[in-house]
Amino acid sequence: MVERHPFLDLISHALLALGVMVIVFPIYLALVGSTHSAQDMAQSPIPIWFGQDAWLNYRTILLGEGPGVTSQVPVARMMWVSLVTALSIAFGKIVISLLSAFAIVYFNFPFRKAVFWGIFITLMLPVEVRIVPTYQVVADFGMINSFAGLTIPLIASATATFLFRQFFLTVPDELAEAAKMDGASPMQFFWDVLLPLSRTSIAALFVIQFIYGWNQYLWPLLMSTEERMYPIVMGIRSMTAGADSQVQWNLVMATAILAMLPPALVVVLMQKWFVKGLVDTEK
Amino acid sequence: MILSSDKKVIFRSKWLPWVLIAPQGFIILAFFFWPAGQALVQSFQQSDAFGTSVQWSGLDNFVALWRDETYLESFKTTALFSVLVAGLGISLSLVLAFFADRVVRGIWLYRSLLILPYAVAPVVAGVLWLFLFSPSVGLVAYVLEKFGVEWNILLNSTHAMTLVVIASVWKQIAYNFLFFLAGFQSIPKSLVEAASIDGASVWQRFWTVQLPLLTPTTFFLLVVNTVYAFFETFGIIDATTKGGPGKDTAILVYKVYFDGFKAMDLGGSAAQSVVLMAIVISLTVLQFRYVERKVNY
Repeated sequence: MVERHPFLDLISHALLALGVMVIVFPIYLALVGSTHSAQDMAQSPIPIWFGQDAWLNYRTILLGEGPGVTSQVPVARMMWVSLVTALSIAFGKIVISLLSAFAIVYFNFPFRKAVFWGIFITLMLPVEVRIVPTYQVVADFGMINSFAGLTIPLIASATATFLFRQFFLTVPDELAEAAKMDGASPMQFFWDVLLPLSRTSIAALFVIQFIYGWNQYLWPLLMSTEERMYPIVMGIRSMTAGADSQVQWNLVMATAILAMLPPALVVVLMQKWFVKGLVDTEK
Repeated sequence: MILSSDKKVIFRSKWLPWVLIAPQGFIILAFFFWPAGQALVQSFQQSDAFGTSVQWSGLDNFVALWRDETYLESFKTTALFSVLVAGLGISLSLVLAFFADRVVRGIWLYRSLLILPYAVAPVVAGVLWLFLFSPSVGLVAYVLEKFGVEWNILLNSTHAMTLVVIASVWKQIAYNFLFFLAGFQSIPKSLVEAASIDGASVWQRFWTVQLPLLTPTTFFLLVVNTVYAFFETFGIIDATTKGGPGKDTAILVYKVYFDGFKAMDLGGSAAQSVVLMAIVISLTVLQFRYVERKVNY
């Protein structure tokens, strides 16, 4: 910094620590709540330090058997549905966007600009504003309660296509020139040159899209009418649906922790790519 | 966004580019253009709840929306909600980023913890805050009661709105914080130093040097936060208040969902979708005009 300000530095740390505590508090309390029995949670005020029943609670929900379980499907299954959905959306978006960006940047074909704007305009129509008609299309395809229905309508992504397009434009022309002179086919060039160069962009997009896929709620709410196709985020919602006094808060909080764990790990451990992905996709 | 800077070296093939475009093309045709067109068509139609009879009704659906008190209320609710979410979210994260920019030691820890809410799904965020504010088990509700506040989100609409705003701001702070932190760090140190040599205090430097240079970031975040408040907070509202008490926290997106799937009013819901599309399109255009300006900087 410009000059030394011991007092201001102290205030900075104090305020940041306070901010962090307020931000983390709900997550901390969920963690505490998940270690108590249903009786402990019925007292007022509820405990704010860890209890003894963590193992029991997590075992109960993961296996879906034991006292207080209301859903027919164990949380382990819900996590599996979430994982498959999140990975399919992330990989699907990355693959189709890489291909279409490659076509748009490295080929000249009729209606190229029209195609480009056609993809661009999808940015403006998030699934939330067209839920009813999109639901009807998916129902007509018979994709309700299937992984295809949960993932494919969310896969098309203008942001990913743009990110790759911008990146391909920065790749030196000499590389394509050299590949052509060596007699490489377009797909060989894509596979052996372009793809290895795109690794960082792919990692950045993966983090963003994995979180996007894992946290989907409104779409599965329409797509999954059977419990076996509930992602975990939706499962939590059905656990809190009853009357306030009947909610098993200890089990709800254990489920919430499990629902947060995978995306939180991805964000913290892949922090470098996450920040890059956020900033780049918004350019 | 301009196509002028394309490649000079290109490959030649009549069919390959079409094959490469096909997967994305098929998906956007089937799941974007077709449904969006359907929404437009349906917004001019009237159908009964079983979908057996459909007839054209011109602008009836839009006129009905305009006359519908609850829809206009929902507009006001959405406006209030998004102003609160964007305003609070942006100012709080600006403060946090300002101090995080000054700190050298421990920044990794602060940042890792502050970005955690980004990973939390809106519904889960809603459940976490409901757990704090629920009248029966909530810790905050308990403390408030000790201070003589009768806290009840199920009866009091101010309480309900407070809860959904807090949960929504909490979820979005991580995102704003990262952009502001990147913004602060991209300000040349020499500018801040020059101001400091001229005798500007930390406070003056913030107002006269750093904040003006952060205007583009702030404007960008304003648009993003408004879009977030409009569309992505569905899960938070569904998990905490379900639009209640009455319809006092039912924002537009919640109403589209409710009218389309719970009340089965397809025409009305489609008309609402069309209005929402118009709003998103204007916001996106606004955002891109900003992007153009940034490029010209």
